Amino acid sequence: MHHRLLNCNYFDAMFLWIIKRDLLLAVRRRSDVLITLFFFVIVVSLFPLSVGPEMNLLRTMAPGVVWVAALLASMLSLNRMFSSDYQDGTLEQMLISPQSLPLLVLGKTLAHWLVTGLPLVLMAPVLGIQYDLPSDALFVLVISLLIGTPVLSLIGAIGAALTLGLRGGGVLVSLLVLPLYIPILIFGSGAVEANMAGVDFAAHLSLIGAFFFVSLVFAPWVTAWSLRVSLE
Amino acid sequence: MLSIGYNRKLLSYPFIPIVLQGIKVACVRGDRELFKDINFSLGTGGLLQVRGPNGSGKTSLLRMMCGLSLPASGEICWDGVSIGTLNEEYFARTTYIGHLGGVKDDLTVTENLCISSAMAGSEISSDDASKVLNTIGLGGREHLPVKVLSQGQRRRVALARLLVCNTTLWILDEPFVALDVAAVQLLREILERHLQQNGMVVMTTHQEIDINASSITQLQLF
Amino acid sequence: MAINWFKYSSPASFYSLAGKMIPLFAAAAVILLIMGLYIGFFIAPTDFQQGEAYRIIFIHVPAAWMSMFLYVVMACWAGFGLAFNTRLSSMMATAIAPTGAMFTFLALWTGSLWGKPMWGTWWVWDARLTSELILLFLYIGFMSLQAAIDDPRRADKAGAIIALVGVVNIPIIYFSVQWWNTLHQGASVSVNQAPAMASTMLMGMLIMVFASWMYSIAVILKRVRIIILERESHTTWVAELQKDGVA
Repeated sequence: MHHRLLNCNYFDAMFLWIIKRDLLLAVRRRSDVLITLFFFVIVVSLFPLSVGPEMNLLRTMAPGVVWVAALLASMLSLNRMFSSDYQDGTLEQMLISPQSLPLLVLGKTLAHWLVTGLPLVLMAPVLGIQYDLPSDALFVLVISLLIGTPVLSLIGAIGAALTLGLRGGGVLVSLLVLPLYIPILIFGSGAVEANMAGVDFAAHLSLIGAFFFVSLVFAPWVTAWSLRVSLE
Repeated sequence: MLSIGYNRKLLSYPFIPIVLQGIKVACVRGDRELFKDINFSLGTGGLLQVRGPNGSGKTSLLRMMCGLSLPASGEICWDGVSIGTLNEEYFARTTYIGHLGGVKDDLTVTENLCISSAMAGSEISSDDASKVLNTIGLGGREHLPVKVLSQGQRRRVALARLLVCNTTLWILDEPFVALDVAAVQLLREILERHLQQNGMVVMTTHQEIDINASSITQLQLF
Repeated sequence: MAINWFKYSSPASFYSLAGKMIPLFAAAAVILLIMGLYIGFFIAPTDFQQGEAYRIIFIHVPAAWMSMFLYVVMACWAGFGLAFNTRLSSMMATAIAPTGAMFTFLALWTGSLWGKPMWGTWWVWDARLTSELILLFLYIGFMSLQAAIDDPRRADKAGAIIALVGVVNIPIIYFSVQWWNTLHQGASVSVNQAPAMASTMLMGMLIMVFASWMYSIAVILKRVRIIILERESHTTWVAELQKDGVA
């Protein structure tokens, strides 16, 4: 398995194939992508309606609200990560492909992030403006989401793989995955709050970065393993 | 006649036959035992037909043979080595077409073939793809999304993979289902050619279709 | 030592062994519980700061410890089952989860009972209580995943993966929550300064911890026996057992 990873041509080819395929599928099913994005926008916009339009209150709430909404939105899109491939038998083919499965999983996760995570990152400043966040706080919010949302996809993939084909899979995946998201939530919204309080936020961001690298290395393996368990 | 051809080949090229072997394989689903103590052996050029009523575990056995699931007990070996330890090495030599087919509705016929063969380790150009699709009777439909095709045509898209792969062992779950007479004939020819070239085929089927092969083994499940 | 331990790794022989062991652990649990509660509620001195209310820690602290220990033990059994494909280890993991969740809930409940007289509110977002709450979520996730899967083999393996992922994450979650808590120090009361403990208090607490262990072992063994019967219902030894039971 290791010699395949070292073989660069092989590596690139399959990794790119799978990303290309998933992006192509996402383009053919644009509504799926937009649903996640609109969900994010709607959830964030509900908060001022429930707590009142007091700007000072909203400003302190903003990092937490945006981050929780991003968490929920990315979780909502998780069960689409493998379920269509599972239903039409493509996932079976991936499992018995001579390509390294963790690598295929990594490709799928990256594609998933590009179509569901990245739009959230790009939308976040607009929502931050609704909450009257100062511009440097908006910047930190975007950066924290940019490093943090890939971790959500990587960890979420494990939950999606484990709940494949189960009744109530969508709700179940939230039970499994949300507790694991807590550190990202704490440091992601913490970074923005620190910036607003005039404190250094670099430590928060480096911790999210550390989570990113650790999950980048381990999550695809665990997901691949989970997929084999779920399809057995 | 085909079996003579096979023998002649055997004489002219001394090669070590590869064997797929099952030793006392058992399958448990839930808390029900589907089968146990199943033994089989399949050599190069051989065809193994798995028979049995619905729910007797044919698909489960085939999934074990491709390494998707592990036997509850017993072992399946490729060339004397348990397939559980071979992994990618074994996957590179097998093609599995299950009843799901692994065809994506939202992709076109050509895209499906290109991507599935890349995933199976043999990339092909779109020219090659259209040649193959012509052969399998999907000429002129290369750029249609699969979702507009009929059941039989989808099946052909899945089976087109057999024409581009260069694997030894083909594991086919009900390959003749939903195919019309012409396609059945075509698939039969493809299988016979593969067997003639020292390939191996494992399949389940309810239809009585005679395929010429140097050795045909029947495996009956109950 | 001529005991063949491997003999007991088969569900059939473990079933009878567990049956013999349950009364011993149950008896030990009852005796230790009575001793511990007596020391805790009658012998241990009244705390000069916290009054009588502090006595809830004789339940709260052992419950909190058990909740964390049991998660680790559960993950170990589950991982063992995954690595070596031993059915019994996976059954142990499944059997531990409800007890662990029960202790977590107990720790939260007693924590909030303690909080009312101490902080004047049923719930504070203290680092320990919050971590305990997240631990409860992890237990619930493990149990609901296993409950949603019909095939026991898949349930065992999927549960094992999520338990292992959880056990790796628990320290990360714990430290994140602690950091979060210190950042928002003003909002909550910290309970980090534990009062100096009288030796009788310590002894009462330790006895309660042992009682909890004995109770857990007895209940878990009981549960494993039930799981074994369910899973092995198609085997001959269970059929014979049931025949004997009827006769």
